[in-house]
Amino acid sequence: MTEHSLSGPLHDVAGEAGYEQHPPRVGFFTDTSVCIGCKACEVACKEWNDVPADGFDLLGMSLDNTGHLGANAWRHVAFVEQQRPAPQELGMPSFDRPGAATGPEARTDFRWLMASDVCKHCTHAGCLDVCPTGALFRTEFGTVVVQQDICNGCGYCVSGCPYGVIQRREGDGRAQKCTLCYDRLRVGEQPACAKACPTDSIQFGELDELRERAARRVEQLRERGEDRARLYGADPEDGVGGNGAFFLLLDEPEVYGLPPDPVVPTRDLPAMWRRAGVAAVAFAAAAVAAFLGGR
Amino acid sequence: MGSNMAEAHPVGFQWVMEAKERGARVLHIDPRFTRTSAHADVHVPLRAGTDIAFLGGVINHILTNALDFREYVVAYTNASFLVGEDYRDTEDLDGLFSGYDPETASYDSSTWQYETVEAGPDDHAGASAKERSASYQHGSGGPKVEGGSGRIAADPTLEHPRCVYQVLKRHYARYTPEAVARTCGVSEELFRAVCQTWTANSGRERTAALVYSVGWTQHTTGAQCIRAGAIIQLLLGNIGRPGGGVFALRGHASIQGSTDIPTLFNLLPGYLPMPTPEHGDLAEYVDSVRADQQKGFWRNADAYMISLLKEYWGEHATADNDYCFDYLPRITGDHGTYRTVMDMVDGKVFGYFLLGQNPAVGSAHGRLQRLGMANLDWLVVRDLTMIESASFWKDSPEVETGEIAPERCRTEVFFFPAASHVEKEGTFTQTQRMLQWREKAVEPKGDQRSELWFFYHLGRKLRQRLADSTDERDRPLLDLAWDYAVVGDEPQAQDVLRRINGVDLTTGRAVGGYTELKADGSTMAGCWIYSGVYADEVNQAARRKPGREQNLYATEWGWVWPMNRRVLYNRASADPAGRPWSERKALIWWDAERGEWIGDDVPDFERTKPPDYVPPEGAVGPEALRGDDPFIMQADGKGWLFAPKGLADGPLPTHYEPHESPVPNPLHGQRGNPTRKIYGRADNPSNPPLDHEVFPYVVTTARLTEHHTAGGMSRTVPHLAELQPELFVEVSPALARERGLENLGWAHVVTSRAAVEARVVVTDRMRPLRVDQREVHQIWLPYHWGSVGLVRGDSPNDLFGVVVDPNVFIQETKVATCDVRPGRRPRGPALLDYLAGYRRRAGIAEPTVLTTGPEAGLPHTEEDQP
Repeated sequence: MTEHSLSGPLHDVAGEAGYEQHPPRVGFFTDTSVCIGCKACEVACKEWNDVPADGFDLLGMSLDNTGHLGANAWRHVAFVEQQRPAPQELGMPSFDRPGAATGPEARTDFRWLMASDVCKHCTHAGCLDVCPTGALFRTEFGTVVVQQDICNGCGYCVSGCPYGVIQRREGDGRAQKCTLCYDRLRVGEQPACAKACPTDSIQFGELDELRERAARRVEQLRERGEDRARLYGADPEDGVGGNGAFFLLLDEPEVYGLPPDPVVPTRDLPAMWRRAGVAAVAFAAAAVAAFLGGR
Repeated sequence: MGSNMAEAHPVGFQWVMEAKERGARVLHIDPRFTRTSAHADVHVPLRAGTDIAFLGGVINHILTNALDFREYVVAYTNASFLVGEDYRDTEDLDGLFSGYDPETASYDSSTWQYETVEAGPDDHAGASAKERSASYQHGSGGPKVEGGSGRIAADPTLEHPRCVYQVLKRHYARYTPEAVARTCGVSEELFRAVCQTWTANSGRERTAALVYSVGWTQHTTGAQCIRAGAIIQLLLGNIGRPGGGVFALRGHASIQGSTDIPTLFNLLPGYLPMPTPEHGDLAEYVDSVRADQQKGFWRNADAYMISLLKEYWGEHATADNDYCFDYLPRITGDHGTYRTVMDMVDGKVFGYFLLGQNPAVGSAHGRLQRLGMANLDWLVVRDLTMIESASFWKDSPEVETGEIAPERCRTEVFFFPAASHVEKEGTFTQTQRMLQWREKAVEPKGDQRSELWFFYHLGRKLRQRLADSTDERDRPLLDLAWDYAVVGDEPQAQDVLRRINGVDLTTGRAVGGYTELKADGSTMAGCWIYSGVYADEVNQAARRKPGREQNLYATEWGWVWPMNRRVLYNRASADPAGRPWSERKALIWWDAERGEWIGDDVPDFERTKPPDYVPPEGAVGPEALRGDDPFIMQADGKGWLFAPKGLADGPLPTHYEPHESPVPNPLHGQRGNPTRKIYGRADNPSNPPLDHEVFPYVVTTARLTEHHTAGGMSRTVPHLAELQPELFVEVSPALARERGLENLGWAHVVTSRAAVEARVVVTDRMRPLRVDQREVHQIWLPYHWGSVGLVRGDSPNDLFGVVVDPNVFIQETKVATCDVRPGRRPRGPALLDYLAGYRRRAGIAEPTVLTTGPEAGLPHTEEDQP
């Protein structure tokens, strides 16, 4: 039975997409608390998927020279340098620039966060919803993939993605993003990035199981005093119906450059159409009234 | 400490992360806040080059508070042995030990001996031993101690004022938390926290592991850094036990292998020393290597050496001709890599082979390296990609300055494309002494060939050319047993491995281990410590039984030298009576019923020697090892807290300032390591110490995960090059303000050797340290860039001079002084003028170093007008 909803929890994304027999939904649980920033995921992804190098630009953003996800970066490791939040934060702004004072007396503990970002493979995928050609499709694994031979480069998906993940490749024009290694999944292999990750920061598996594992991990970290640890994208009640690729973060999503409350643009479609309908009826009524009044 | 494991060894670091998940605490003590620090429970930043001061502080903490694992220390280390009356410590001589000769900048070690041991002639060989880096030659056996098998005067109560324990206590008494803070720039509070964590996690129930890398070794005190770490681990009972140890993370794949079967001038395979002209015959050589009256398996060095000679020269090696001992070349002094490069500059060396090495980028003082190579007749470079060491004659910085003119450069370069590790079979020997066999995955392309192919056929062709020679000097080459199995034209690596393992020549069977090697010419073995890797005619290195089907020690995965023992000296995991120190930390133990040592690892001990065994009077070698002597390679069977010989710079680690340092030595009058090799020459100038004006900052270099060493394997690969596309220098916000540096702007770093330009990255990860009332700024650069590849840039190793550790000739590239200025460096000949101006202002025309000696101490003159 299908639900045909544009938002909210969805128990069977592949079934909703029309697959009668299909494997369980799979995804990534990226546990950023053990990411060592080696970027093996970025390299493995590019090697396997034949994603070209993206220019040799030093960005000066800590050790990150990839910058963001895009047509030529389907995995991106962010490096965040931050002062460790004080145990009891008073919310008072500091007047000193970091490092302004010197000497041991002025030292504060410092923390360096690393996180490998990727396409979220949303339950309600904005890119897929707006694709006019059908190039974007939902796979039997519940993931979202672009078919390169169908994409006409219209770019609707780019504005449809609430995370800024999908992008058109320059010179080619077609939309590009993580396929969750669809070709590997079909032969029973895990995606290249998860395979290459030395610390199991990127875990691949069945989504239900990953969510349980992630919930336990958050609890464990909180017990150890990581009181800002939280899951991101694991909640089916969120604005995209939960992500197929979700994250364990050690701080607010904004710290990692992730939107705090992403919403699939098509969620509001019924309401918009309703309003448009009301407006249309009103216009029609006004027009009729005008004609009638003019007599 | 001195390691950035997460970045330089990310695959190995997964096990640190795993240990952390199981509750291990990770302390990272390093000048830089790195990806390793990001995952450590505590990061302790310290001034580069002050590790011994820090470790000395830990030793002092242990001894002052009696936190050592006393039973272990008394039974298994030389803590109780009495040192001779003539020994004088740095405490007595303001930073020097007894026996120092300022003329040669070397030590006579005769006064460092145990009270009841006679000093031998080699104790007086300070200068010549230093010249051949003799300390390195003790890699597997330790130095000989004549009388080590006899009774050594000892005080098991550790109270005698001359026992090692008390000597240690006095030596480190001044390494107080306050002194550590003043020297290292580490707060006393943080230092105490490290001491407490380390000691609390050691003992019967717990062990702590110590990991180091080139942050320790690339100093003029490198060997002593490791000694200091080993002393702590011995005092805390963390050697030979599960979860303990001192781990050397090697720089890249099979670097361990290239020391075991060395590419070093002073070593033969298995850490047998290279002979010198004083060795008239094999017997004299063997006598110089090991003592007659000593304990342990190194006593059998004659068997290892003769087996090696039999592998080299086969049937030509007989008892009558001393097994062709005279065929071996003799070393007359320093022929290390840096000396050789200087000899190239001086026109004494004509040809050079470079195999998988890119010294134009990767070695200290790049300019010297390139000028040396530009003064050869021929140069053979074998590498996977075109590298700077093959192209320096047309694109090095010296071409820009006019020092090398491509059309006149005399060096003929032969560039050979090499087969990569996936295009050939063979073994890797990794950091944990493990040999792992690799299959060939793909055929090499085009002219790419393996090193084995290259050398086998080079030898074959040389022998062909000389076949009719009657010249005596060609005999060593012609008599070589050059008969490895060949399939097609590729020599078979398995056959080479089998001969490295060794063969019993009477039966033709592979030997089972080094204990089967004989000194009568009936066995051959290419590297005695690898004996056993082909036991039972099976390539043991190719074993791949998954870990989940084995115990934690996975003894059926690959093969570990010696004898597949995973934890070295693991007899120490049991108490003197042979019982595990605790259930939690059990590894091997004595089973009295079966009459043998059993457990989870292969015992690093004679399997059936009971713990209460006492050797008969007059026993020597393995027989002289008591049942509670775990250190079976050492001449006295004990772990050495105090090294009565074998080190060029003293029996105990002592803090000396780096060669180039902005501060005086806060602990001793002697500033730098008094025995360091300086190579004082006009083309190898040093920045003056205590210079706060011209070269006020401390510079260190390091690696990034994204690149591989000198960059040949990564700057040529787009997917790696884009991840770190450009050379950068990291500075603290405070230094950026002081020097007007802007994030992503240009800056250049200057020393008396070179100026290197880089983009600026301003980060809170770098921070100034307060050292002895001064604020010390440190900067660092990754050293991966050069003049070829997809991403190019200046090479930070150009900044360093050549000053080396006297024990192993490793260069001090982890610390120097420098200046840093905004903007790009001058180009062309203007660069030379710019550097000359710096040297003039720093007063480098005068001798800058007090330590003198014929080799080490030539004044650091610098002619401004060549």
